[in-house]
Amino acid sequence: MSFRRLIQASTVAAALLTSLPAVAETIRFGFLELDRNPAYDSKRTFFRTLSQPMGSPVVGAEVALREARFVGKALNVDFALERAKGSDAATLIAETKRLQGEGVRYFLVDAPGAVVAELAKATRGSEMVLFNVSAADDTLRQTQCQPQLFHTIPNHAMQSDAMAQYLVSRKWRSVLLLEGPLAEDKLIAAAFENSAKRLGLKIIDKRSFILSNDPRQREQGNVALLTAGKDYDAIFVADSDGEFARTVPYRAVLPRPVVGAEGLVAEAWHWTWERHGAPQLTSRMVKEGGRHPSSRDWAAWIAVKAVVESVVRTNNASFAQQVAYLSGEDITIDGFKGNKLGFRTWDRQLRQPLLIATHNAVVERAPIQGFLHQTNNMDTLGFDQRDSQCKP
Amino acid sequence: MLKHLHPPSLKRLAGALATGLLLSLPMSAALAKDTGYIFVSSENDNAVTVLDGKTHAVVKTIPTGERPRDMKLNATRDKLYVIASNSERVDIVDIAKLAVERSVDVGEDPEMFDLSKDGSRFYVSNEEDAKVSVIDLAGNKVLAEIEVGEEPEGVMMSPDGKKLYVTSEVANMVHVIDTATNAVKANIVVGNRPRRFAATPDGSEVWVTNELGGSVTILDGTQDAIKGTVSFAPKGFRADDVTPVGITMTRDGKTAYVTLGRANHFAVVDVASRTVKDYVLVGQRAWGATLNRDESLLFVVNGLSDDVSIVDTKSNKVIKSVPVGRVPHTAVIDD
Repeated sequence: MSFRRLIQASTVAAALLTSLPAVAETIRFGFLELDRNPAYDSKRTFFRTLSQPMGSPVVGAEVALREARFVGKALNVDFALERAKGSDAATLIAETKRLQGEGVRYFLVDAPGAVVAELAKATRGSEMVLFNVSAADDTLRQTQCQPQLFHTIPNHAMQSDAMAQYLVSRKWRSVLLLEGPLAEDKLIAAAFENSAKRLGLKIIDKRSFILSNDPRQREQGNVALLTAGKDYDAIFVADSDGEFARTVPYRAVLPRPVVGAEGLVAEAWHWTWERHGAPQLTSRMVKEGGRHPSSRDWAAWIAVKAVVESVVRTNNASFAQQVAYLSGEDITIDGFKGNKLGFRTWDRQLRQPLLIATHNAVVERAPIQGFLHQTNNMDTLGFDQRDSQCKP
Repeated sequence: MLKHLHPPSLKRLAGALATGLLLSLPMSAALAKDTGYIFVSSENDNAVTVLDGKTHAVVKTIPTGERPRDMKLNATRDKLYVIASNSERVDIVDIAKLAVERSVDVGEDPEMFDLSKDGSRFYVSNEEDAKVSVIDLAGNKVLAEIEVGEEPEGVMMSPDGKKLYVTSEVANMVHVIDTATNAVKANIVVGNRPRRFAATPDGSEVWVTNELGGSVTILDGTQDAIKGTVSFAPKGFRADDVTPVGITMTRDGKTAYVTLGRANHFAVVDVASRTVKDYVLVGQRAWGATLNRDESLLFVVNGLSDDVSIVDTKSNKVIKSVPVGRVPHTAVIDD
């Protein structure tokens, strides 16, 4: 904790002590993370790859906790955050159980999809809510779903649907798909192929890339060779790591826009979004984290906000009542993206608009005008009820 | 006729006009009353557009500080106060001269404000700092800073001047501040993303718009408690698209006008029965709502279509749409 934050925290504590007649109840959040998450390695964040996080999302959670101060005071409730680290799923499961035993009921999980899946499976049936704030894997919302597992980060299918809607709206219907070697690259490519089929885009070719300067593998390592031989309207790069994608714009044979992992991305948050109070939120996050916020920061922030909203609207009722409200249709969560947000009842994914953004501008917000749904247009992004394989 | 004049005569003419203006200045303070002007602040133009009250033609564009938003007339109606959010100040426009005569610093990212009953103090919401600043207008100094929930927005003085109401968009609360002590005396949880206020003339009812909640919460002005809710359902719009922001009430406290943001309509509400009497189509993202002095006209400011809809309040029909500056925020009518 920085000196400034320490001062702030003690001022708040002093104010609470003097102003409250009774001892405030504390609602604690657990923040579960890996000892060392390569995604936040400074060598990686240095490049500010468009689709990558710029640091640990704990920043978003801290901002949301500060925002909850005043509402907390009115209810005589205090909100606090505890960080717990582990090297793998097993140690994180142990930490989660320990905190749960100490009375923590709400957890934010910042870990890769496989870890989230194991953690959610191991804690099934336990009195708690897990918020997945960083894993975009579709299977976590489908066959791996669990009743206590909520997702505030958008999944791959939501992102690829948003991007496909955008390409359709621009009439850029034929797409060259470049797919990386990592397992997650394949998941992203598969999600995009699905969206393309659904929305009538034509994938004219799918080619595999690798990160290599080896002349023997130049067909796969050289962007010019990878993008030659056919015509297309856009290039979609399925690259979960981002290092290759960042070299694609301006290196393609044809002058075509690059989307997916670079050039233009579909994200939960972007620091240049300027409507619905967004600049104020971004500014609070910059003050807290000393960097621009990205999607995971927003996902952690909205997870805390969702709990605070349930606590306030149920007047701090029992945990079961809070969860019923949290997962119900009546909740209105304000994500600073213009819509009332809430969780899909079939897979507990937070329905939300996505921002279609370049490096320094939001060019569109999905669902894009004209893509309609019979009840809620936000359900044109990702798994609608009829697509759901979640049987919790 | 002017085109026949050669440049030197043009210059002379301009000089003569300027002298005429200068000579008339001492008189103009008296003449400035009830100019009929319509003032509209434009967030992206750093200016206030002045329209003629009858022809609705642009009379002048007054340069202000950056991102002008909320505006109010002083009691004697010869000054217009304009919040310039990004310049962190209130610009005071002399209505006779149609120019900024001086500025008062009001702290980081101010958005809305109200005045004390004697007109000597500004109460300003500082969006970034989660506080309300009390500013001495004459001395240009901060008298007090009151901590409130994150992103305070709407600010309204109670009709008797004893209470200040402030919304926090993030805490979903209305803070009630005692103006004698500057202490927060009540925090009331209302609908989601509360924005702006209107009150009945006796202050017994305070109405607050909930942008994301899609409703108006009615507060009891004496008990500081929730008394009722008004919901909106204009035909053809989903609940998600109804985002009430602007609100104003007639002086008799009988009718409220609530702008519905993304639904591109405003609602006419009967205050006593709390029922919606009519929905009227206006421009895109309708926010600001201002009545003229005899309440025969309502001016609705449409932030995303850069225009103002002028509505006849007898028939509830839009009689004209007038283009103004980029991203208009508030209209003030000096009729």
